[in-house]
Amino acid sequence: MTIRCEIVSQDRTVFVGDVDIVVLPGAAGEMGILPKHAPVLTTLKFGVIKVRKGGKEEVFTVAGGIAEVQPDIITVLADAAENVEEIDVARADAARVRAEEALARGVPSDTDDYLKIEAALRKSNLRLDAARRYRKNNNRSPYSE
Amino acid sequence: MASAREMRLRIKSVKNISQVTRALETVSASKVRKAINAVMATRSYATKAWQVLRHVAEQPGRNSLHPLLAKRNSVNNTLVLVITGDRGLAGAYNSNVIRFTAQRFDSNVVPVKYIAVGRKGRDLLIRRGKKVIADFSNLPAAPSFADVSAVGRLAVEEFKTGVVDEVYLVYTSFVNMGRQITTVKKLLPLELEGEGLVRDFEHKSAGPTAAYEYEPDMRVILDEIIPRFTALQVYQAVLESQASEHAARMVAMRNATDNAKELVGALQLAYNKVRQQGITNDILDIVGGAEALAAK
Repeated sequence: MTIRCEIVSQDRTVFVGDVDIVVLPGAAGEMGILPKHAPVLTTLKFGVIKVRKGGKEEVFTVAGGIAEVQPDIITVLADAAENVEEIDVARADAARVRAEEALARGVPSDTDDYLKIEAALRKSNLRLDAARRYRKNNNRSPYSE
Repeated sequence: MASAREMRLRIKSVKNISQVTRALETVSASKVRKAINAVMATRSYATKAWQVLRHVAEQPGRNSLHPLLAKRNSVNNTLVLVITGDRGLAGAYNSNVIRFTAQRFDSNVVPVKYIAVGRKGRDLLIRRGKKVIADFSNLPAAPSFADVSAVGRLAVEEFKTGVVDEVYLVYTSFVNMGRQITTVKKLLPLELEGEGLVRDFEHKSAGPTAAYEYEPDMRVILDEIIPRFTALQVYQAVLESQASEHAARMVAMRNATDNAKELVGALQLAYNKVRQQGITNDILDIVGGAEALAAK
């Protein structure tokens, strides 16, 4: 018994497959979805989606979005999503440094700019975090690439 | 008839132009391929988002679901998003969009305001004396959703605050390399009955068997998904328009190259005639001179 899981972001399909369980960062906390789950529509927080099939687990970062759960299918509409194995750590780190510098320079906290920078910072922190924690070949440091 | 020298120069310049047009054709050919890929890539998200919206709409009590879905009783102002290119040399691509817009909205009863995406469209609209309230020019060659989402947000904002009561989208939908169709779509209020921008979506799931549980609640989710979906439609329209623009440019440039080739052929023929005539005249001169000398 499997459930189909589709993760799409605005510019590409990130993952499609039949899996055993999906763990989502839902609005009300982490939720594990098994086949034949009741229909749910939830917003997603920043976090990771874990998809398990057999003994194998794949992990994706997700920077907000929406998930629709049906008994036979889970559709994740992500604002941005990425397999942790694909994260470009050097780039994420550069983005983090850039955002931190911009914040240190002092941006009025009620402007669009501030929100944008803050979102960028959250996103790069999430990617760095996920890369460090979930990458399979973790012997190399995420900072030395 | 022009002198041989002038004709030589003319042939050279036509050849140079044909080189430029051929280069532009090649560039457009590769760009159109990329643009088509981009359209295909977003289609899956758009399809899925559309499905989710439909599923929500199939729930009971949908009439008062969301202000962006509600039809207004009286329409006092119309907003039109016009998507064109930033550059010319694309055949009739830009002027087609503007002509279509004029045909469709010039006789509109209520006042019409425009948002221009693309420099050519903006210039043409302003020249025709239209009211352009915003202009999004110089989009990057392969825009990301973030580059375009501001356009959709502005449209949603204008609609929500009641400044306008209807929003239309004029763009060029890409059929194939030789065929692009200028199209108008109603963007807001969002109509769930029609097929929307997503033409060929497939229903994989049979739809919800029971009512949804919403987390945190339905309102929050709809607030998030509907404006986003609106922006997504704009994004897709931009991508389709770009694919169309490159295709139109490619065809226009190919025609230009062909014409240049033909012109060079004709000019070359004329030039050879002039040159031969010159040689014949020279020989006649020499022969005449020699005979005159011999006769002495």
